[in-house]
Amino acid sequence: MNLKPLFEPKTIAVIGVSLTNNLHPANVIYSKNYLRYPVTVFPVNPRGGTLQGERVFANISEIPERIDLAVIAARADYVPGILSDCIQAGAGGAVVVSGGFAESGRQDLQDQIVAIAREAGLPFVGPNCLGIYSPAHMDTFFLPSERMVRPDPGNVALVSQSGGILVDQMIKFAEEGVGLSRAASIGNKALINELDFLNYFAQDTETKVIAFYVEGFGRREGRDFVLAASLCPKPVVILKAGKSPGGSRAVSSHTASLAGDYETFSTIISQHAVVEAKNEFELVSFCESLSCYQQPIEGKIGIVTGSGGHGALAMDVCSAHGLSVPTLSEHAQTEIRKNLSSSVQSIASVANPIDLTGSAIDNDFVFATSYLSRRKEIDCIVVLLLPYLPGITSDLGARLSQVYHQEHTPLIAYVPHVEKYGMLVEGFELNRIPVSPSIEGAVLMAEALRRNKPC
Amino acid sequence: MLTTEVRDIISASKERGWVLEPDAKRLCSLAGLTVPRFSVATKAEEATRFGHEIGYPVVAKVVSPQVLHKSDVGGVVVDIDSDEKLREAFDRFSQFTGFAGMLVEEMVSGIELIAGAKIDYQFGPVILLGVGGTGVEVYRDVTMRMAPLKPEDVTSMVRALKAHQLLEGYRGSEPISMSELTRTMVAFSDLVMDLEELIESIDLNPLLCTADRCVVADARIMLTDEKVPNVSRIPT
Repeated sequence: MNLKPLFEPKTIAVIGVSLTNNLHPANVIYSKNYLRYPVTVFPVNPRGGTLQGERVFANISEIPERIDLAVIAARADYVPGILSDCIQAGAGGAVVVSGGFAESGRQDLQDQIVAIAREAGLPFVGPNCLGIYSPAHMDTFFLPSERMVRPDPGNVALVSQSGGILVDQMIKFAEEGVGLSRAASIGNKALINELDFLNYFAQDTETKVIAFYVEGFGRREGRDFVLAASLCPKPVVILKAGKSPGGSRAVSSHTASLAGDYETFSTIISQHAVVEAKNEFELVSFCESLSCYQQPIEGKIGIVTGSGGHGALAMDVCSAHGLSVPTLSEHAQTEIRKNLSSSVQSIASVANPIDLTGSAIDNDFVFATSYLSRRKEIDCIVVLLLPYLPGITSDLGARLSQVYHQEHTPLIAYVPHVEKYGMLVEGFELNRIPVSPSIEGAVLMAEALRRNKPC
Repeated sequence: MLTTEVRDIISASKERGWVLEPDAKRLCSLAGLTVPRFSVATKAEEATRFGHEIGYPVVAKVVSPQVLHKSDVGGVVVDIDSDEKLREAFDRFSQFTGFAGMLVEEMVSGIELIAGAKIDYQFGPVILLGVGGTGVEVYRDVTMRMAPLKPEDVTSMVRALKAHQLLEGYRGSEPISMSELTRTMVAFSDLVMDLEELIESIDLNPLLCTADRCVVADARIMLTDEKVPNVSRIPT
């Protein structure tokens, strides 16, 4: 099935608009696309009439243009008929926003719409979902635009079983400056599931990282998903909900008890190079670092800091996650020390972590980072910046970013995220260097690069 | 491919929901796994005759459709070195509900591992390898792979265990035979793929491994409930 009409439609029909209630989901979807997106959108309601001065079509087949995407927000019982109309009218795809299917005991109705769509080869998302978000192009979320937080356009595609989690993650992506290429809330995923989106985004030129929020795969669908993910050239990240055992069923074998649903999930996905985010914070951090660096690392970390404490905390997190922090050779240490500014030359620690001390200036950070970037024993650098040190300027973010763009050793920064240090943070982010608001988060970003291969 | 004998063993056990140990061992042996020499005695005289044939010391285990977890109810006696002790075990086991015989078996030693299988709702057949024995759920030192296993999967599974050093020879002890463990695990995985539709889970515990061989000292095969084949584990 061709999913392109779902993400890049030129013409949209919104089916089920209300002529009297402007807060109806279909009306919200119609309005936002009509007013704010570069698409042609047509309202549909069997009673006809007008909406915001535009003609309401009684049926999708009356619309004079071929419809790329039909957004269906009518009562569940009407959906099979509407889908047949869409097929008749030659629509390219559909989003079924409506609830009232398998999630509320109407598996039969869900099976019916799947059968109709499958026979005709019509891809539809849902039912029971928010649908699609294509930045600067269109979205089918029934949430007023002014209430949504929109991340910048970027290269992470986010697919979520839950609409609420998706919208929430979009807020967090925006907060952390992580850009989205596409987002999809897939609800009951009756016809198109995670695997279909994985295959689509693997080919999508806008997308470099594919992230999922999953409550559970369908029967045997996890198997197909991980096999496809292990062949996917782009990083795949999953946040799984439902980690605790159900405990509803007596377990009669040791294997069934030891290989619980979540243990199995976690072990199997990591063996197939899928990066598991354990929580929302990790999801955002992992997407940020993988959106900058798609090549896996072994996990040999160089740490550059202006405070011994920061270096020690970062070391602890590295060791807890199996990342190494190799001690530099005597020769390398001498080389580094020789090139530091006179105020820190005698007091800096240069073994790795490199603690440049509170007297360091921008040049010391730039030199230490460049030097580590060229060392074979290091494959990723974590710079812990303390913007309040007197010798540090707001230019340092952009200057360190340049080091990466010359040397190509992945660089990750920690900067406290408060408004005051915004320019430093932007100096990194605008130059595509990931920045974390916590020391642990910065190390986790490195950990994501290491896990982006079978482990 | 499933032989007629394997099919017969499974269908004879269907009602009970699990396969009695002697049948499970036979099934393992048909699949190419090594099992201890054993016989099932229904009379005390038979038991002692088997004791002599197999050679003391032997292990005695109760066979009863009512007893799934034998150790938990005192249904296993190890290190039996005389007719008298064997007869004693027989007398005691014959009091168990559903007593169907006593398994008399060669005493095997080695590092205790567990090889397991389960049919996972999301991922299908999954193979488990870990530290086995009665403490299996205490140590919880296990790893999993989707079946079918390739030989290199077994190598990486061993490496993923906390106890891997113990298997590779620790402080002067002899390492276990990796080639035998690999052969065993791959044969087990092939069996699981063949039985996929019929089983829910399998424990080979303990799987006793030495420098020469890996022996399935006990096998528990749980069958699917036919009414809900493999779909009973829908995640909540």
